[in-house]
Amino acid sequence: MREMAVSMRHQLVGLGGVVERNVYLTRRYIWWDVAFMVWTIANTLTIVFIAKGIEATGGSIDVERATATLLIGAVVWAYLGIIFEFLTETVAWERWEGTIEYTFMAPLSRAMHLGGSGVFAVLYGLVRAAILFVVVALFFSLSLPGANFAAALVLLVIASVSFFGIGVMTAVLPLISPEKGAQLGFVGQGMLLVVSGVYYPVSVLPNWMEWLSTISPATYALRGIRASILDGAGLAWADVWPLLVIGVFSIPLGLLIFSIGERYAKKHGKLKRSG
Amino acid sequence: MSEVIELSRPMLAVEVVDLRKEFVRRDKKAGRFVRRRRAAIDGVSFVIQRGECVAILGQNGSGKSTLVRLLSTLLLHDGGSAHVFGHDVFAESRAVQKLVNRVSVEASFFKKMSAGENLHYAARFYGMSPRATRERIPEILGKVGFPADRRTEPMENLSRGMQQKVALARALLTSPVLLLLDEPTTGLDPRSKLEVQEFIRHVRREHDATILLCTHDLAEAEALADRIGILDRGELLALEPADELKRRYGAATLEEAFFSATGRTFEDEAVEDDDREVFA
Repeated sequence: MREMAVSMRHQLVGLGGVVERNVYLTRRYIWWDVAFMVWTIANTLTIVFIAKGIEATGGSIDVERATATLLIGAVVWAYLGIIFEFLTETVAWERWEGTIEYTFMAPLSRAMHLGGSGVFAVLYGLVRAAILFVVVALFFSLSLPGANFAAALVLLVIASVSFFGIGVMTAVLPLISPEKGAQLGFVGQGMLLVVSGVYYPVSVLPNWMEWLSTISPATYALRGIRASILDGAGLAWADVWPLLVIGVFSIPLGLLIFSIGERYAKKHGKLKRSG
Repeated sequence: MSEVIELSRPMLAVEVVDLRKEFVRRDKKAGRFVRRRRAAIDGVSFVIQRGECVAILGQNGSGKSTLVRLLSTLLLHDGGSAHVFGHDVFAESRAVQKLVNRVSVEASFFKKMSAGENLHYAARFYGMSPRATRERIPEILGKVGFPADRRTEPMENLSRGMQQKVALARALLTSPVLLLLDEPTTGLDPRSKLEVQEFIRHVRREHDATILLCTHDLAEAEALADRIGILDRGELLALEPADELKRRYGAATLEEAFFSATGRTFEDEAVEDDDREVFA
């Protein structure tokens, strides 16, 4: 029992080590982060201006509500992008820097290794999402009366569990395909967001895509967050339980897929810096 | 007999029996993909006693790095067995990982991060808490002769020799009982090379570490190792003390012994060797 507790403590220290490393890297690359933040804000502005553009070209819409709807979509997209990027590139960065062999020969379980990347991605993503939301909301002078930001934040954190599970599945791609893996991960991210109603209700999708939206955690996150911010709604069980179910299945499945990929990489000699 | 083997196994630091590792590559020839198999390690057997330093000599593509990567749990084997302090390398990889660390030819760090930062996070992977590393890291960097005023500089600003000292510090930080050194002094200037070699001697003296040194530096092997092995095209041709190796091949120098064992000079690298290196 004591041995198990010591082992668990060591694993948690290891998870903290991944977070610590990413903090060091963020500090060292802070100007790159600032530039990326500016680019994300500019990109979000181009999307959110669409609401005003529709009105200017004769369309009849509630500009304030449409602006907020697009902003929420863009912020969730950016947040999800961060989580996927961190997880998908966990292996790719290590291969690029040459540390991949040292990390994979350390007595750190893969769950803790990837979990550390996930924890940092959630914290980093939340900070960026908050900055992005505030800056763009101020730019458009959105008032958002009665918005329930607390419920929106809690739902985003719950959704992160599912996003993490799916991210772990894509993280295996650079492990088994050093040249194309990261790009394939981004393809997966794009496909997920197309069916999740980032900038439109999922009801406008063709039937088969609408069915796919039911297994995407982003669908429930976007629906719940929009209800909380636009209508002041609290946490809705109808959005929470699918996220929990997807999380419960996706994390073990993601870790299983990763362990199969790691075995393949060890068999074929792909666990090395040059690939 | 089997009982004797079981009892004696924990006394051995490394026990490798008929180990095999093949790599498969798909090449496109005349518009069709052809699968080629090449044995990087071909039926290698040897033991290393606790506290011993064994050097494996071999040219590029001889299988040295593959052997180190197998013992580091980074590769799965295709046959035979390997045990580290009684633990099966392929079935009990977590137990083996706690006992082993390595230094490779490339220092391999996050280049924008400092020596201190790289060591701090690496130590966490071995369960060392911030409290445990706060004093230990400056101490160990001091031991390898790393200047205190450069600990916060990014690794990319450090010379190869400095980076290799940090790599040694990283390996030693986790108190490994088996240290795998894969050409640790290749590319270093003569002074850095001597400093690294002196530190390897210090590690043996002070830390009760067993060392497997893979190198193509004959003088280094002779100066540091108790026994020297010759690995050629995946096969271990001999593993003996330097003097016995020379006597066995009737050679005056280690280079001559290598020539007699392999049938070619140490510098003579065939096209096939380059191909093997790419393959592995």
